[in-house]
Amino acid sequence: MAVPAPHPASTEPSAGLGFILKKAVISALVALVLFFLMIGIRTEAGPSGQLIYWTRFGELAAIVGAVFVGSIVIELLRRWIGPVGGVELPASVRGGFAVLGRLLAPALLIFALLVPVIFYKERYLLDLAILVMTYVMLGWGLNIVVGLAGLLDLGYVAFYAVGAYSYALLAQSGLPFPHFIDTYPYVALDFQQLGPWAFWVLLPVSGLLAALWGVILGFPVLRLRGDYLAIVTLAFGEIIRLVILNWQDLTGGPNGISGIPRPTVFGIPLTPGEHGFAAMIGVPFSPTHRLVFLFYLILALALITNWVTIRLRALPIGRAWEAMREDEVACRALGINITTTKLSAFAIGAMFGGFAGAFFATRQGFISPESFSFQESALVLAIVVLGGMGSQLGVALAAIAMIGGFELFRGLDQFRMLVFGGVMVLLMIWRPRGLIGHRAPTVFLQKRTEISASLVKEGHG
Amino acid sequence: MTNAAPILAIDGLTMRFGGIVAINELSFTAQRRQITALIGPNGAGKTTVFNCITGFYRPSGGTMTLVHDDDATFRLDRLHDFRICKYAKVARTFQNIRLFPGMTALENLMVAQHNTLMRASGFSLLGLLSAPSFRAAERQAIDLAREWLQRIGLLDRADDAAGNLPYGDQRRLESARAMCAQPALLCLDEPAAGLNANESAALSDLLLSIRDDIGTSILLIEHDMSVVMEISDHIVVLDHGVKIADGAPRAVRDDPKVVAAYLGADEEDAAAVMEGGA
Amino acid sequence: MDYFFQQLINGLVLGSIYGLIAIGYTMVYGIVGMINFAHGDIFMIGGFIALITFLILVSIGMTMVPVILLLVLLVAMAVTALYGWTVERIAYRPLRQSFRLAPMLSAIGMSFVLSNFAQVSQGARVKPVPPIITGGYTLHDSGNFAVQLSNVQIVVVVTTVVLLAIFTYIVSRTRFGRDMRACEQDQTMAALLGVDVDRTISMTFVIGASLAAVAGMMYLLYYGLVDFFMGFIAGIKAFTAAVLGGIGSLPGAMLGGLAIGLIETFWSAYFSVEYKDVAAFSILIIVLIFMPTGLLGRPEVEKV
Repeated sequence: MAVPAPHPASTEPSAGLGFILKKAVISALVALVLFFLMIGIRTEAGPSGQLIYWTRFGELAAIVGAVFVGSIVIELLRRWIGPVGGVELPASVRGGFAVLGRLLAPALLIFALLVPVIFYKERYLLDLAILVMTYVMLGWGLNIVVGLAGLLDLGYVAFYAVGAYSYALLAQSGLPFPHFIDTYPYVALDFQQLGPWAFWVLLPVSGLLAALWGVILGFPVLRLRGDYLAIVTLAFGEIIRLVILNWQDLTGGPNGISGIPRPTVFGIPLTPGEHGFAAMIGVPFSPTHRLVFLFYLILALALITNWVTIRLRALPIGRAWEAMREDEVACRALGINITTTKLSAFAIGAMFGGFAGAFFATRQGFISPESFSFQESALVLAIVVLGGMGSQLGVALAAIAMIGGFELFRGLDQFRMLVFGGVMVLLMIWRPRGLIGHRAPTVFLQKRTEISASLVKEGHG
Repeated sequence: MTNAAPILAIDGLTMRFGGIVAINELSFTAQRRQITALIGPNGAGKTTVFNCITGFYRPSGGTMTLVHDDDATFRLDRLHDFRICKYAKVARTFQNIRLFPGMTALENLMVAQHNTLMRASGFSLLGLLSAPSFRAAERQAIDLAREWLQRIGLLDRADDAAGNLPYGDQRRLESARAMCAQPALLCLDEPAAGLNANESAALSDLLLSIRDDIGTSILLIEHDMSVVMEISDHIVVLDHGVKIADGAPRAVRDDPKVVAAYLGADEEDAAAVMEGGA
Repeated sequence: MDYFFQQLINGLVLGSIYGLIAIGYTMVYGIVGMINFAHGDIFMIGGFIALITFLILVSIGMTMVPVILLLVLLVAMAVTALYGWTVERIAYRPLRQSFRLAPMLSAIGMSFVLSNFAQVSQGARVKPVPPIITGGYTLHDSGNFAVQLSNVQIVVVVTTVVLLAIFTYIVSRTRFGRDMRACEQDQTMAALLGVDVDRTISMTFVIGASLAAVAGMMYLLYYGLVDFFMGFIAGIKAFTAAVLGGIGSLPGAMLGGLAIGLIETFWSAYFSVEYKDVAAFSILIIVLIFMPTGLLGRPEVEKV
């Protein structure tokens, strides 16, 4: 597309101290201009409503100084390490990595199965593991749309929301039209009568409703490409969130819905008392049981998502998704119906988002529109892209890294999003094609050769 | 069994883009189990004709009728988009190769069998459950792909990414991919472009074997006159969207109108026509 | 009818602000083909810079409102332009040759960084300012409803028009404008013909950011407040405007901005305030269904 942008270090490798200092001074000056007003001056609404300000030149000096030193350090490091990407590993080391790579997925799976055993006493870690698995599942779901079919979806959280609200609303009040039930008792469905089975009946229902919304979104965007597709999916996500926020009669608006039925072990509630799960299997009741159960539940859901995706990839529908990502025109010339192929990708991706949403609702017991903002869509998309588009293992690793990393930064408090955003930028610069960039073929005659990322297209959607 | 009607009859085909008439009242027929070549100087509208036939453009006027061996008749001007390949069984290649570069050669050939496999997979449900009937269909599809890889001499590169293959191999793979869609009519857009003499000769053999062994009719756009003169049964010459000649290779080559058209356009092309077949 | 005219005025003013931000999106898209998700936050930073500059100027005893406004405008444009330049340098330039999604995610990351930088450095609470420009005219008074045109509205529209004129001149008449249009067409060819591609792209970000700063200042004047989160909503709206107008088209961005401003205002006035954004987004989707490349976008020619 363009002239290669020369790497600063590679253009003047021999430039001396003067160059480094000059660069550092310029960086510091830029920082001074950038931060003079934003950091040097602090504004706040005063007690009587008028605006007051005070200066913070100490902090300003510290930050400008840090930029100066940082610039020198970065420049020195660059020379030390040499041009980025110039390190070529010897074949034996790469072979070792390949073996490790093959062992990584089974090892991760065994570790995941053992998580509740290892961390049984650490409620916080169990909770975190459940959160990570939720994002692994969301990542795998979105991967179908973005990674395989090559359709850029910036509003995936909408399906997560549809799943969560479908479950919450149906489980709480059956159909949201009580008078309708009175008039036609025979067509009425009151899900409260399902009692402890509500979750198991409504989980598929939520997924199917989300899939339906996937198709509804899919139709208008069929003809759109690239950034037009991106903005429409984003707009769709916002529309769903805004409707949830404002349709107070149905959704409770910003207050959300609370008291959502908790999940049961196939009908047996996880409660103290003689009908609870603990009493049934004869162990003392512990609130951790629910966490363990929730963990295995989301693990199972995620593994189902993974299994279905891997199977679908090797089926004609999955191959058509990838072919569509590679070249839509060629697909049409081979008799592939682009409309249904796109819609199926949207619907199946959305369905898994819906399952994850229903799980989220039952896990939290409370949902509100806050949980379904654009940031969530961006986060899931970042997981998919960072994982390496189309790679199931990569997505799982990226989810662990992003969500786990985000929790690590909890101590940073208000700086958390700042660091998070910065890390996102650095990760993209470091690995624009994601952690696992190559593509594994779905069928082979002699041997399975991995396809380098540079050949694999991103799709134009 | 043999059907006398031409496989493709084009009548009064017209294609306008805004005020520009790209194809004007074009009529010709392509005979069953023959190779029909569509030639003409650059910008004559050959690829536009292809795009009309294969459903990428909707013609402004005229009819295009395709008749299968079993007399099933399709009006291509009324079908559109993927339906042309799916129902009327017309497959094509592209002037600038359009393989799926990130998929292997084998996968490319599997994608071409999408509709057959899709039916066999019970719209993915049987496939998900790995039903025996689907597994059998998949084995058959792999066998067909293997057979075509063998024919084009790429069996040992079956598992390499299509984007990694040399240019000539990519061209052949694209033709093989179109054949895996099991077409009644194969439309090839400059299959010999950029090939060296050896590769061109191999391509000619491949096309003749498609015609003779498999019995697929071929419609061909080609600039390489040695290929055209050697393998075509019938040639249609276009210039500025109008047909200027139509007939057997020898007759077309000697037609003064054809020579004039090529001379007016490009001396080298004209020389190629006149010396073609040599 | 009077009510209608009042909404028309309000909608055009709001649309001018969206249009100014949208131009930044569309310029960057035209030249590097990426969605600059951080652009909304650049607008927010522009608002903050304008606010702080204003505060300082008032506190050192300046009283001439036009002079204050001019100085605030210049400082906000200059400093925000440097923000735009820095963001491109840090987050986008290393990814210019890269896959399409990488710069987009980098931009989303940069958007988080900027909004949280503002939150951390200036606090999370909304910053109100007293009305700086007061007064206005009553255009028509029918007894029960008066059509008002406030001085702020005049300032917003006049500033927008003047800046658009300067901007149009830069793009169509200057060396930089030519370079920019050349880079939009073909960067390799432009480089071969002696265009400094890196500098042209940097300048594009600088100009886009300074127009966003103007929008930020106008927002401050018009609504009398800024907060760290305003970049997200305004950014999405402006991006919607750019796409609605046909992304890559400069007149389209302004037209799209006005359209979104009018839709929002009229919907709030006649239907419901809560659903004004839903209306704007729905109309975007509907327009794109029928015109897949927006109102003034070049139709995508499918090359087969």
